Amino acid sequence: MGLTSDSTPTGLRVALKQLEHLWFQVAGTRCNLSCHHCFISCHPANHSFGFLSRAQVQRQLKDSVAMGVKEYYFTGGEPFLNPEMVPILIETLEYGPATVLTNGTVLRDSWLQQLVDAELQSRYSLEFRVSIDGVSPEQNDPIRGEGTFDRAMEGVTRLARFGFLPIVTIARSWPLDKEDHIVEVFADRLRRAGCDRPRLKILPMLQLGAEVTRSGPYAEGDRITEEMLVEFDRSQLICDHSRIVSDRGIHVCPILIESPDSLLGENLAEADRSFSLEHGACWTCYQHGAICSNPSQGK
Amino acid sequence: MNVPCNRIALLGGIYSNYLALEVALRDINYRGVDAIYCLGDLGAFGPFPDRVFPLLDEQGVQCIQGNYDHSVGHALDDCQCGYTDPRDNYFAQKSYDYTLKNTSDTNRCYLQHLPKQRQLHFGRHRVLLCHGSPRRVNEFLWESTTTDHYLDVLLDDLEIDCLFATHTGIKWKRDLNAGRRFVNVGVLGRPENDGQTCVWYTLVGDHGSGPVDIEFVPVHYDHRRLAREMKGEGLPEAFQQTILTGWWTTCLESLPSKERKKGRF
Repeated sequence: MGLTSDSTPTGLRVALKQLEHLWFQVAGTRCNLSCHHCFISCHPANHSFGFLSRAQVQRQLKDSVAMGVKEYYFTGGEPFLNPEMVPILIETLEYGPATVLTNGTVLRDSWLQQLVDAELQSRYSLEFRVSIDGVSPEQNDPIRGEGTFDRAMEGVTRLARFGFLPIVTIARSWPLDKEDHIVEVFADRLRRAGCDRPRLKILPMLQLGAEVTRSGPYAEGDRITEEMLVEFDRSQLICDHSRIVSDRGIHVCPILIESPDSLLGENLAEADRSFSLEHGACWTCYQHGAICSNPSQGK
Repeated sequence: MNVPCNRIALLGGIYSNYLALEVALRDINYRGVDAIYCLGDLGAFGPFPDRVFPLLDEQGVQCIQGNYDHSVGHALDDCQCGYTDPRDNYFAQKSYDYTLKNTSDTNRCYLQHLPKQRQLHFGRHRVLLCHGSPRRVNEFLWESTTTDHYLDVLLDDLEIDCLFATHTGIKWKRDLNAGRRFVNVGVLGRPENDGQTCVWYTLVGDHGSGPVDIEFVPVHYDHRRLAREMKGEGLPEAFQQTILTGWWTTCLESLPSKERKKGRF
């Protein structure tokens, strides 16, 4: 076993092969909701990470050209709490495809009209990912807050009315043998809400942040080992091809921003460093793969 | 490899559509080209996978290996298409199991040994032929999710002027810096999710100056016969509908929103 200077087994380190997906923690940790499973504990008063300004995003977009970035993603917190979110997305569509992860509860028609126009003028896709965590208020609201199911469904309907095809993401909170039924029921409900081509993405729970209080932290054994990486396709790991920009700098991935070792540098060039897969969340990423990119993920 | 010529034909995924392949090869012979290449995925989706091999052999078509060819060649458990949606994977598995079962050992051996990419010198152009992308055989390069700078960096790193790929099933092209080009050549295997039943191949011309010339060529073939044969072989009704209507009914979840909105489902 080889060791690096910080005594991390070299076999557990993953280099950035190519920066293909660039993420922005555009709303910091500010959110209008306080979901019990949020892996970075976002809520209305969480200011540990701040908003990114339009100028900050633009600087990174410019830098990303030389790196050959393929897709851009925006997350928070709730991105649309950032007062510059709409112009940020409009500018991003001049560079490439943009995906924004929203809870769907604060969208306004005037914003969506501007974004429809921007997407029409762009050669690139604008994707909305809306988080809902159950097929009914009874399933969703205990996790995301009273009334949030109906409000998020209104957001989905609103997006569909403007011609978008939102991807609805659900964190898996049910036994696997119930998944087919749940997906079927939910797709039907989305159709009835006006979303005639429902796109669903199921996410694994991450035992980080607020979710630790709900279901407990990762066990000590929930870690990747060097043996597990032998002949493993590392492109399944987000750190193989992604980085995320926050108001503190560039981190390795959207899941681990609260971990001090996730901060790799102040700019994209500095963040071209390997990262050690020592976190429980790395184990989830290893098990499920592609948890952060757009296509839906089956069981 | 040097190709002393001024026109080549590029075929994308054939997906066992031997009827479209016959028509395309006849058309290519009529027009005249110096070489024909296929960018992989000879089998999948359609009936009688062994029927494409003699056609390719007779015309000296030079193939590269797609993800499907790799899977069938090595008798893997699935097609490695890169779908992540359960419904897409359900249909992909049906198609894969049929194709694997109906591909002869000789043809599987041929697929197993195909090169993964081909580099050509086409006139003064340095060309790379690949299946999905030079980085990953099953990477989807869609028009609406592939930035100019992503392609520029790829071509810079590979020191090429033209990159040709397939895999997504929908043709498109993009002009890049310094007269360079990226082209997704489309596929012969199934229509493009636009309500037309024809399929497509690509002609590439070199006129001695300027960038390569690209022509997407529609192929009209007996699609009703193909659908009948698919039904006779017990292939999914959803696949037959795609052939008959030109609208995709499966593999929809990998589509970005712009491409998805152009379809019916």
